[in-house]
Amino acid sequence: MKTLLADALTIAGKDLRNEWKSKQTIGMMIIFSSLVILIFSFAFDPTNNTVKAIIPGLIWVITIFAGLLGLNRSFIAENENDSLTGLKVAPIDPSSIFLGKVLTNLVLVTTVQIISIPMLFLLFDYRFHGQIIWFLLIVLIATIGFIVIGTFLAALAANAKNSEMLLPVLLLPLLSPLMIAAVQATRIVLEQEGIADAISWLQLMVGYDLLFFAACFFLFEFLMEGS
Amino acid sequence: MLELKNITKVIGDKLILRNFSLTLARGESVAVIGPNGAGKSTFFKLAVGLMQPTSGEIHLNQAQIKKKSLLLQKKIGYLGHESFLYNALTPRENLVFYGKLYKVKNIEEKVANLLKEVGLHYFKDIPIRSFSRGMMQRLAIARVLLADPEYLFLDEPHTGLDQEAVSLLNRLIEERQREGIGILLISHDFEQVVSVCERVLVLNKGRIIEERQIDSEEGLMPFKNWYEAVVSGK
Amino acid sequence: MKQPSMLMDRVMYALLVPAMFISLYLIFIWSPIEKQMGASQKIFYFHVGTAWVAFLAFFVVGYYCVLTLKKPTESRFINAGISAEIGVIFTTITLISGMIWGKSAWNTWWTWEPRLVTVLILLFIYIAYLFIRKMDGAWERIAKLSAVFGIIGCINVPIVFMAIRWWNTKLHPVVFGEGKNQSGGGVEPEMLLTLLFSLGTITLLYVFLMRKGIEIEKMRLTVKKAKSKVIEKLAS
Repeated sequence: MKTLLADALTIAGKDLRNEWKSKQTIGMMIIFSSLVILIFSFAFDPTNNTVKAIIPGLIWVITIFAGLLGLNRSFIAENENDSLTGLKVAPIDPSSIFLGKVLTNLVLVTTVQIISIPMLFLLFDYRFHGQIIWFLLIVLIATIGFIVIGTFLAALAANAKNSEMLLPVLLLPLLSPLMIAAVQATRIVLEQEGIADAISWLQLMVGYDLLFFAACFFLFEFLMEGS
Repeated sequence: MLELKNITKVIGDKLILRNFSLTLARGESVAVIGPNGAGKSTFFKLAVGLMQPTSGEIHLNQAQIKKKSLLLQKKIGYLGHESFLYNALTPRENLVFYGKLYKVKNIEEKVANLLKEVGLHYFKDIPIRSFSRGMMQRLAIARVLLADPEYLFLDEPHTGLDQEAVSLLNRLIEERQREGIGILLISHDFEQVVSVCERVLVLNKGRIIEERQIDSEEGLMPFKNWYEAVVSGK
Repeated sequence: MKQPSMLMDRVMYALLVPAMFISLYLIFIWSPIEKQMGASQKIFYFHVGTAWVAFLAFFVVGYYCVLTLKKPTESRFINAGISAEIGVIFTTITLISGMIWGKSAWNTWWTWEPRLVTVLILLFIYIAYLFIRKMDGAWERIAKLSAVFGIIGCINVPIVFMAIRWWNTKLHPVVFGEGKNQSGGGVEPEMLLTLLFSLGTITLLYVFLMRKGIEIEKMRLTVKKAKSKVIEKLAS
């Protein structure tokens, strides 16, 4: 168990170092999320007050769109020099590859959120009444769920030639319950004090996270196995 | 001692390997040759644990390898077609990364020594993106040797290398062999097979059809003629 | 080996055709016309039957996916695929009949009713699953990958249903008991009998299609194998 975590950290460290050098993926993700916000401001007039109601939804649309870019890269990047095979022949548990990739993607997507969510609030002149701590908690829990299932399906889709197109088709239907819960919970904590009304959504998300983390963790080795 | 016993592998509805058996002692060097599609690469993948055999057993030092044990991966250094290296990272970073995964002790020191040995010492802090095929291959060898494997599996290591790199590679292989490492080589390059290996197996259609010792005095031509005769089945 | 399965098919066929006509008779002539909705309520019998088969087919896919992961065999892989293909047809019929029902009952083509939305997402999962099966590569590998996705998808379906239900009831989770818009109110005994009979018929249709689909797929495989054998012989 301990070596599993250590290996996962090693892999995540390698990925992040790679990313730190090129800044390609994270740069693209941030630019893309900004562009999505820009397009939204054309689509929905920001000066209109009723638009405030869609802000919680926009947060998640941005996260998913930008996140998909990063998820697509996470296993495709390992095809260069076939380094994924290098990881497979190394004496590590396949699950640690999964864990490492989840950590990397979590860092990337959280970074994008840290930049794009304040920007969204700023550009749409949104003032929320809730407590920021609950908001952060809900964003974090939903993002974890998104990354867990996203990383798993990215590994699955990476086997196909058209993996960039395949990933959203696989991911979005499975993500729907999490997104319903995330949008509703975000709306509640942004508009009201306290978390009492959002607690059942929070429970649903935590349940989703745990269930899919366990399922993906154990099924991942089947994805890594050769035929 | 690494033993593969009666390995059979079916992929889809194709029988890739049938009743394949092989014994590799430490300090021995064996070449596996054969035409394309004979199952050479598949057999390598089975041996390094990338695939599971349909039937058959793999034994390492008299102990049977179970699916989950990572023993095989630890003891075998696998040099594949590709280098398995990360282009954005420097040689040092690449080796340190793999060293951590293989739980190598004194990583920094060992990496420095290995880089000197393969002659990449001066380039240790340059991203390997700009490396030539020869330099990549040298680094890939360093990656394989890093974990002190007991067996080296080399999948066509000589392709695309210049004369200098080839002789460096052969020197490294010979040195390791003298230290008691078992070498298994897949190659189409008979010149290298003759100069590196002591024993040769000919694989065709998933089966070992011939096996013999190599006499390095014999020269290349007779060996080639022998191979042609074996494969065409005369 | 071949003979009994042929016989079985024939028996099923002989059962299925009359059952179809009987259920048509029951639905359109025998069962009473519902007071509020009139004749358009009849689509309800098809809607429920196909919806039930849509979910059933999905859990059959899930079942064969688990088996495939345990030990991949060709027939398990084929079974899962055929069930998914039939599932796509039945989810589509469910959606269309649901929309027609919605138009006549609530005067709108689409409502975000939990069962309907779940079926829609189910359709997307089915299609995604079939996309994975269409990938290039050795069938064993595809079998494993698609099985993994099938299992994840199967876990997802109940959660989807729950989430949409909560969402629809607006923050007041109902876990047990009925949500809104349960069909037709008080069900008359004739209606219930008709419903049960058409349910049985459609399930029988599913089983029949499943058997035929598997048979066709196996024939296709045999032909493919023979073809590649010929090609191999010609090449060497």
